[in-house]
Amino acid sequence: MDLAVLWFWIVAFLFIGYFVLEGFDFGVGMSLPFLGKDDVARRQIINTIGPVWDLNETWVIVAGACLFAAFPEWYASLFSGFYLPLLLILLALIVRGVSFEYRHQRPEHEWKRRFDRMIIIGSAVPAFLWGVAFANIIQGVPLDADHNYTGNLLTLLNPYGLLGGLTTLVLFFTHGATFVALKTDGVLRRDAQKLATKAGVVTIVVAAGFLLWTVLEHFSVAVLLLAALAAVLLIGSVLANLRGREGIAFTFGAATVAAAVATLFVALFPAVLPSTTDPAFSLTVANASSSQYTLEIMSWTALIFLPLILLYQGWTYWVFRKRVRRESIEAVSDAVAEPAAA
Amino acid sequence: MDLLDPLLLARWQFGLTTIYHFLFVPLTLGMSVTAAVFQTAWLRTGKLKYLHLTRFFGKIFLINFAMGVVTGIVQEFQFGMNWSDYSRFVGDVFGAPLAMEGLLAFFFEATFIGLWIFGWDKLSPRLHLATIWATAIGSILSAYFILAANAFMQNPIAYQLNEERGRAELTNIWELLANPVSLAAFPHTIASAFMFTAGVIIAVAAWHLVRGQHTDTMQTALRYGLWFMLGSAAATVLTGDQLGLVMVDTQPMKMAAAEALFTTACGADASFSIFTIGTPDGTSDLFSVRVPYLLSFLSTHTFDGCVEGLNDLQAQYTELWGPGDYMPIVWITYWAFRWMIGLGMLHALIALVGLWVTRKKAKRLPAKWMWKVAIWSYPLSIMAITVGWIFTEMGRQPWIVFSLMRTEDGVSPGVPAYEVLISLIAFTLIYAILAVVEFKLILRAVHKGPDTTEQVSDDKPTLSSTVY
Repeated sequence: MDLAVLWFWIVAFLFIGYFVLEGFDFGVGMSLPFLGKDDVARRQIINTIGPVWDLNETWVIVAGACLFAAFPEWYASLFSGFYLPLLLILLALIVRGVSFEYRHQRPEHEWKRRFDRMIIIGSAVPAFLWGVAFANIIQGVPLDADHNYTGNLLTLLNPYGLLGGLTTLVLFFTHGATFVALKTDGVLRRDAQKLATKAGVVTIVVAAGFLLWTVLEHFSVAVLLLAALAAVLLIGSVLANLRGREGIAFTFGAATVAAAVATLFVALFPAVLPSTTDPAFSLTVANASSSQYTLEIMSWTALIFLPLILLYQGWTYWVFRKRVRRESIEAVSDAVAEPAAA
Repeated sequence: MDLLDPLLLARWQFGLTTIYHFLFVPLTLGMSVTAAVFQTAWLRTGKLKYLHLTRFFGKIFLINFAMGVVTGIVQEFQFGMNWSDYSRFVGDVFGAPLAMEGLLAFFFEATFIGLWIFGWDKLSPRLHLATIWATAIGSILSAYFILAANAFMQNPIAYQLNEERGRAELTNIWELLANPVSLAAFPHTIASAFMFTAGVIIAVAAWHLVRGQHTDTMQTALRYGLWFMLGSAAATVLTGDQLGLVMVDTQPMKMAAAEALFTTACGADASFSIFTIGTPDGTSDLFSVRVPYLLSFLSTHTFDGCVEGLNDLQAQYTELWGPGDYMPIVWITYWAFRWMIGLGMLHALIALVGLWVTRKKAKRLPAKWMWKVAIWSYPLSIMAITVGWIFTEMGRQPWIVFSLMRTEDGVSPGVPAYEVLISLIAFTLIYAILAVVEFKLILRAVHKGPDTTEQVSDDKPTLSSTVY
């Protein structure tokens, strides 16, 4: 087997893992203004991802490092080309990550609300921009003969890119609301179910548009089947939410994200970053990959360690399988009473 | 100096974000080990003071940890964003240790830290203890791979040039991972990270002890911190000496720049200047305190060795690689080298004196000024590690990969200056704000002191976990 092809799929797997996992983190963050009616509820929401957001975020670091090791040209052209969107993603991830940790360090209402806002913005911005970035990767960008990007920020904000961003935004939002329903209890759980159902309907409309556009532009049987699968899973997830079966809804939702991201990678293959300037300038699996030796070393590393990683991360999710109950937060609550107007 | 020069902006950005990132990394390395040690002591002896210390330093560790994670993502993305031609040239070699770091170490660390923070009431005590040791091992392993990647920039080995693709390609992963530079730099970095952590622990303990608070736990913390400092400072000196020998071998220009030695000197002439007042560029001395033979000894471990001077190396390099300026900025390397060594020695001294005046048989309490010095060991240790990295990286210039690629050739050709400027300003602002918030929160946690009410009893067999 051609190792460069294997690595294309390993990179795809890592990004799928990232979006399935951090996708719901982003959604949980974005759901704060809709579901966090008081400080206890907001803490309940944040604590659903407390033990796991860090390991979920690590997926993008590993995906990036593997991209660097296996496809240096792809990594270099992509990261220098998508400069400003990546900068915004980095800034958002910084404020979001520290906000989880800082928010509970002081009891004052104003202090907490400030970090709530940062969590919301820090979740929404990357949820949108990752979609814009991946839609543009599939669509192709202006690359010159040296594979350097020649566009600017506005080049990326084209209709297909924006629709891609909107799709990941609403998809992750739904995914996160479902996760809140799965991991909390009482009123919050019911509110989250309702929100996930409503958001799910919007997602069906937006995602259908984006997937259809993708299928039309990059038609192949595999793309069509995967896109159809994503659509069916999404509808299944919304129906399960409607019936209050959040476990099934979440499983289907995770599978939806996986199928949708897989659709994009299948549509992209064997290119990795197509050039709209001249097809001859495109980066492909063949001309962007590392040497045979490096790919062999990396393959051994990945094949040994990826199963272990899945094992111990799966165990973590098992350890933290219980719902975050309202009483458990109330028991440790130190919040200064909220102002009456709030 | 052109303010809109993408190269200059990208370099400032790399320097700024790297130094900033490395304010949090050493504390993560040292605090995870410290929390693991105290937690082990608690489980072994059942003494509550060890539990209280675990929880107390654990809290400081956590406030610090999130910053280490999020500023680390910037480091990885930055190679592609600002240094795309560098990434293209070295990716085949340099990417492998980075990817291995992610797959072997970083996932491990990130997963087990979550289990430790939130698992107090969900795991058995032994299993829970294992999670903090796993976190510590993961973070130390992670440092190894990063330093192996960095070592390739200092001393490129285990590669061959592929002219057709215009890049370096990996030929032997084991040789790459066993780069003499990383073998020496790894223990040096870990030891100095521990020294930094010890500085924090000593400062915190001293702050409480001088006020007569929490004396029971803080006495223990102080003694632990002082021993930790002494051990790590001694290790830092010894490993630094090793690293110096490797450096003379692999990057003689860096050693010459460390001493601002312009002409080759042997034996007694190869002296080490402790202090110099000279022209700002370090090219001539007005006044200087010198130790004869010391530079010869540091560089070769003999008293009659020769150390090559900057001008001679410049001539050699010009012959090898054509006309150009092959010297780093000498006044920076000269002073950074001195501050690094001086502060390292000062830490060993603080630890020795501290251990003496706080010994059990001591007849009187340490003087007030001693506590003040102890509190100052925190900012001083930050400075020590920062100048150490400034020396290492500035001393590599003008190369991004020594002898293979110049820094100016590594910068992203397609990224306009305004974009780099925007990101430099954004990072500076956000990092500055977060530094203030972070510092205040750590101070707040420190001032609060350990929660000594926590008990483990039969009615309450488990401890509460952190709740965000």
